Amino acid sequence: MATKNNKIEVERIVIKFAGDSGDGMQLSGTQFTDAAAILGNDLATFPDFPSEIRAPQGTIAGVSGFQVHIGHADINTSGDLADVLVALNPAALEYNLKHVKPGGTIVLDSDSFNAKAFKKAKLSTNRLEDGSLDGFIVVEAPVTTQCRLTLKETGLDSKTIDKTRNQFITGLLAYMFNRDIKLSEDFITSKFAKKPSIADANIKILRAGYNFADTIEVLSTTYIVLPNENKSGKYRNIMGNTATAWGLMAAAEKSGLNFFLGSYPITPATEILAELSKHKSLNIKTFQAEDEIAGVNSAIGAAYAGNLAVTTTSGPGLSLKSEALGLAFITELPLVVVNVMRGGPSTGLPTKTEQTDLLQSLWGRNGEAPIPVIAASSPADCFDYAFAATKIAVEHMTPVILHTDSYLGNGSGLWKIPNMEDMPSITPKIAKPNANYMPFERDENNVRTWAWPGTEGNEHRVGGLEKMDGKGSVSHDPENHALMTTLRADKVNKIADSYPAQHVYGDQEGDLLIVGWGSSHGVLYDAFSEVKENSDAKIGFTNFNYIFPLPNDTADIFKKYKRILVCELNSGQFANHLRYSLPEFDYEKYNKIEAQPFMVSELKEKFNEILEAK
Amino acid sequence: MTEIKQYTRKDFVSDQEVKWCAGCGDFSILAAVQNTLPEIGVKKENLVFVSGIGCSSRFPYYVDTYGFHGIHGRAAAIASGVKMANPKLSVWIMSGDGDSMAIGGNHFIHILRRNLDVNYILFNNQIYGLTKGQYSPTTPLGQKTKTSPFGTIDHPFKPGELAMGAEGTFFARAVDTNPKEMKEIFMEAAKHKGTSLVEVLQNCVIFNNNTHKEITNKVTRADHQIYLKHGEKMIFGMDNEKGLVLDGLTIKAVVIGEDGYTMDDILVHNAEAEDNTMAFLLTRMSLPKLPVAVGVIRAYKTHTYNDLMELQISEVQSTSKIKNMTDLINSGNTFEL
Repeated sequence: MATKNNKIEVERIVIKFAGDSGDGMQLSGTQFTDAAAILGNDLATFPDFPSEIRAPQGTIAGVSGFQVHIGHADINTSGDLADVLVALNPAALEYNLKHVKPGGTIVLDSDSFNAKAFKKAKLSTNRLEDGSLDGFIVVEAPVTTQCRLTLKETGLDSKTIDKTRNQFITGLLAYMFNRDIKLSEDFITSKFAKKPSIADANIKILRAGYNFADTIEVLSTTYIVLPNENKSGKYRNIMGNTATAWGLMAAAEKSGLNFFLGSYPITPATEILAELSKHKSLNIKTFQAEDEIAGVNSAIGAAYAGNLAVTTTSGPGLSLKSEALGLAFITELPLVVVNVMRGGPSTGLPTKTEQTDLLQSLWGRNGEAPIPVIAASSPADCFDYAFAATKIAVEHMTPVILHTDSYLGNGSGLWKIPNMEDMPSITPKIAKPNANYMPFERDENNVRTWAWPGTEGNEHRVGGLEKMDGKGSVSHDPENHALMTTLRADKVNKIADSYPAQHVYGDQEGDLLIVGWGSSHGVLYDAFSEVKENSDAKIGFTNFNYIFPLPNDTADIFKKYKRILVCELNSGQFANHLRYSLPEFDYEKYNKIEAQPFMVSELKEKFNEILEAK
Repeated sequence: MTEIKQYTRKDFVSDQEVKWCAGCGDFSILAAVQNTLPEIGVKKENLVFVSGIGCSSRFPYYVDTYGFHGIHGRAAAIASGVKMANPKLSVWIMSGDGDSMAIGGNHFIHILRRNLDVNYILFNNQIYGLTKGQYSPTTPLGQKTKTSPFGTIDHPFKPGELAMGAEGTFFARAVDTNPKEMKEIFMEAAKHKGTSLVEVLQNCVIFNNNTHKEITNKVTRADHQIYLKHGEKMIFGMDNEKGLVLDGLTIKAVVIGEDGYTMDDILVHNAEAEDNTMAFLLTRMSLPKLPVAVGVIRAYKTHTYNDLMELQISEVQSTSKIKNMTDLINSGNTFEL
């Protein structure tokens, strides 16, 4: 008889939940994650949805997944390969098998491995019997029959009963991770507060799963993940899109401006619109416009009228907004454009992630219309960079593009709840009544003053036509156009003076500088740290959040390294931007264009290859 | 309430030279607007004129209020943002048939269905003027223009019909040759709560001269126009000798006292009816069978988008426990580590 319940402590562990779209795997994943947070683990999550809302049941296209990486260690990514895979049907197993670590644990609903299910998933072989699972620890749990037996007396129909299968898994995992089952019970009680009979049924199943794991002996090992000790204070688990919405609202509160969002639903940015539309209690106005163009133009109108104006979108929507961004630029109105990047071009891969709109954001407008571009680098710091984007827009009277992406927007991580009093101030330059107002008179940073309709004596007109310096009336004068073009560009360039210093991890000079931008921060950091630990080479890593204008210290950093490797999820857009901006350096590139995040393993391989080749 | 200064037309004349072609219908529209503004009871600083692109869209530069000259077709979207951001403002959209019926068609129908409280003056000269004479979505079928040398093969829109289809709450028509009526109609538009659409039949002296001549010329206008007023009989003609009757689902023009028709048979205009079927029929009337309707064809009172938006916010604010960002970020599942 195997020794039961051999508890081991792990530094970090990756669990992937996978099943049919309707199997509740996102819920199980969230539940598991919340419990980890309560237990003090650091964490990161990433969902993996099918792009069809209701793909045919049981098919590979319909597999919905949720990956969570928890640790005693600091967690910077949602993890490469899973240590534990939960697969509720053959399609989920088939799709995810390649994402499980050799020797990892696979938990399956053995009831779902039948001829009918193989047919739906178009599988010619039963993975349970063909040797594919050799080398894995396989936990075959008859989840469906266990659930039906457990709830036989309740009078619930089998469809409702089958919907509780995810709680059987949650119970089983609670045992596997030595967790107090009460955490999960509390979650269910609050989730189904209005349906006590459903809550009861789910709790019964939860316990059944826990007891099943306790009884069978296949779980020879259970895990303990101790609390992360580097984090202290009050935290919450937050999704990137939520953090973005909250960062914008926090900026509205700090600046004292009323908030307006003009937007149009688009994957994967829609959740920001949905989140903001909940917060009417904070006087948040959201306008679901008739299209992307109306979304941005309504925001421009709101900015003219004195609101903190925002529009949110993803790649194709950013293309549609291009002309209006030129208008926001030439009228020098504050506007925050949040672009949650997905795979492109065109409709591309709407539910996948790619850092693919960088050049569009830098160059995608007619005329010379430089717009500041910044990028968030973790789900939690979407809050900070949404706040920073707003501060720049309002204090420098300019549209700003903030990039996040599908990986950040839908992913989650722990966020230390800030004290609103400690957030930086945001100070708009607003004209007082009867100010002898000249719309295009500028301060030392070339910033004009904002005069709102409703203010006596400051009546003025702005528009898309070139305007005379200072007075702002329409001008076609050649020299004036040259002057205005320069003044506008200088204004944007001066924004870099307000940035914090660009941070470099590791060696501050040496053989190799690894460069990334935006959402690759976590995974590049992990790969960099692991390579550096086992290498004598002098390696640094820096990740850019301020993309345009670049930080003033960029060249000073670059010149201290022999080689510079730019890693990004596109064919080399940031590398091209660096070549254009700082042509005195050589840039090597490492690119992934699979519309998937980097994996630590592939980055390490690349870094080691470069270090060995020197 | 604070006193509103007694303005005159001059208060609304900007320092910019008006650059429309001599003889353009836009001049009389500008004058009519500038004559209307002193009388609508709105402080100058609370007025915002928003336009798109086209000859008519230069309008905001010539009015000394707040103004925004936008991009092609987007005036309605920009104006929507202005109004939502500050509902106290009186917002006026100035747009042409190209701007509103072609590139901005989508925003046009959606602002109408939402019934945002703005005034929308649509300059309809049935041609693209600023780009020098291409046909527009309102150019009559078969007309030869720069881009239709053999005549257009596009069936035109009638803006009023689109407005009815979008369930607009206010539609009026005016002609650029009658400043007095134009002012009366603009006053009604300003009074109406909701999207007040006024189509002005406007002449482009250079590229489409006399396009509305059949309707506006002094000799025949009494017979070719009917000025509709709420609550009054639908009569027209030099001596008000003609009237409109309903024959099944069709409007018919009759001579009062002939063919057995008496004044009692003549329709009474109800601009405020909820059902817009009659307004639709009146909007459609065209020469040569029927006179063209001018005046306020529809002015139905109902809630506006901006009022509902403010109401929803105040309702949620009165019940929500979340009063500021500190409340929000500390609500729900949080963990002490």
